[in-house]
Amino acid sequence: MQRYLIRRIVLLIPVVMGVVTFVFLIIHMIPGDPVDLMLGEIAQQADKEMLRTRLGLNDPIHIQYYRFIKGVVRGDFGISIHFKQPVLAIIIDKFPATLELTLGAIVIAILISIPMGIIAAARQYSIFDNSSMLLSLIGISMPNFWLGPLLIIVFSIKLGWLPVSGMGGLSHLILPSITLGTSMAAILSRMTRSSLLEVIREDYITAARAKGLSEWVIMVKHALTNALLPIITIIGLQFGALLAGSIITETIFSWPGIGRLTIQAIVTRDYPLVQGCVLFIALCYVVVNLLTDLLYVFIDPRIRLSE
Amino acid sequence: MKRNIPAIIGLIIISLLILTALLAPVLAPYNPTDQNLYQRLQTPSRQHLLGQDSLGRDVLSRIIYGAWISLKVGSITVGISLIIGISLGLIAGYIGGIVDEVIMRICDIFLAFPGILLAIALMSIMEPSLNNVIIALSIMGWVGYARLVRGQTLSLKENEFITAARSLGAGHFRIMLRHILPNLLAPVIVEATFGMGGVIVAEAGLSFLGLGTQPPTPSWGTMLNEGRKFLLIAPHLTTFPGLAIMIVVLGLNFLGDGIRDIFDPKKRR
Repeated sequence: MQRYLIRRIVLLIPVVMGVVTFVFLIIHMIPGDPVDLMLGEIAQQADKEMLRTRLGLNDPIHIQYYRFIKGVVRGDFGISIHFKQPVLAIIIDKFPATLELTLGAIVIAILISIPMGIIAAARQYSIFDNSSMLLSLIGISMPNFWLGPLLIIVFSIKLGWLPVSGMGGLSHLILPSITLGTSMAAILSRMTRSSLLEVIREDYITAARAKGLSEWVIMVKHALTNALLPIITIIGLQFGALLAGSIITETIFSWPGIGRLTIQAIVTRDYPLVQGCVLFIALCYVVVNLLTDLLYVFIDPRIRLSE
Repeated sequence: MKRNIPAIIGLIIISLLILTALLAPVLAPYNPTDQNLYQRLQTPSRQHLLGQDSLGRDVLSRIIYGAWISLKVGSITVGISLIIGISLGLIAGYIGGIVDEVIMRICDIFLAFPGILLAIALMSIMEPSLNNVIIALSIMGWVGYARLVRGQTLSLKENEFITAARSLGAGHFRIMLRHILPNLLAPVIVEATFGMGGVIVAEAGLSFLGLGTQPPTPSWGTMLNEGRKFLLIAPHLTTFPGLAIMIVVLGLNFLGDGIRDIFDPKKRR
């Protein structure tokens, strides 16, 4: 277990270095003068020079790179041009909103997909099974930048049940969570179904059935607990995809999180903030994937004890 | 193919997409960029079956022309991604050792960016345009194919027919191209079919965020972005382009599922 853990973390170092390098290069890949792009070409020469000095763009590139890495390690992501505040402080300020939305999406996805997957597996090839699998294929194919506006049209504009946008109580969370969580629900219900179908062919399920246990108990207590492993993995892996998906969902619903911040930063050409947001989301994704892997090892005794 | 109804539906949808894209000038009732400011935001009518947008342009004509944009982005991006991914995957899997290690670590770095984050980051520094979207999505897209091809190559190269080819004097290049590549194409084709759906959605997503195709080019994503401003008064501007995207992606997913079943009857559910 310990050796696995150390190996897994060591393997992450080049990945994280690669991500940091890519994010560092963003500002240097801009065609032409990045300062021109940030301030506009008609800006005063003195202002441009001041920004160039502040961003350290006059130094040789290796010094800039060293300074960037040193900053990232210390949690110093630079100063936002637009907000005139430390980038990391702005991101941390917006992170709880994104986290709330992401967790909302996961809850919605689990609430829809697990029961759907269980019933579909228990009644394989039934009408419910076929229609729920068709539904999940539609869910996977439905882009969230269409689903979101559709939900707004139906539930906010036509029916007037839920708010159009913004953040507030639970009612504000429902539509964005459904928008963000639908594709995950679709993937998860297919996963639950196929994972259960594999498990219920095992001998211990036949044994449970022979004991005369009810089908419900067999499904939930015996089959689901054993089918849970791939389901948990998918939830973990999808978490990162949700972080990226939140960029679009937050834009649709004016949700004050990191996703919307990223787009605002791009629109206002606030490159230190763009770099910070991209780096933060990517690092979150890497960490969540690591935790998923470790959880996987932790809950499966076959992997835990084999070392 | 027999009895594989979803695959047939998928094939029909994609054939229709290709036909629509190629015959757009014939099929479209109006010029997609012709404005009519006296008839802004009109709901569907007999003259304009899907209504008119904020500049009085015909929505149906714009959706028909948008099919071309989606098809173009999808096929070129998947094509470029396949060329890069297959080459690197073959090299990594066949040569192995340090070459494999380096290529796989590069893949890991690309995979550390979830979803379309990498494309968004790239588009933040490039002029938003159709060509740049294709570049950004290709930079992001090759990784999946490379990993798939590498995995297949690793197992294929242990086969006896490879040993046989080698003992007959075939060079490495020939073995990779003539003996390994044809045997791994099936899963790659399946993956590429799903991948094309992903690319079409990603292009529309970037355009929706204002980072992709720019107006007046009739991209479905751009249409959704414009429609978003008029959700209250003209919901049809959002409904129809989105429906087009969903039908095409659904078609590709059906087709991908179907092709997988044909190549691999074991996985049939």
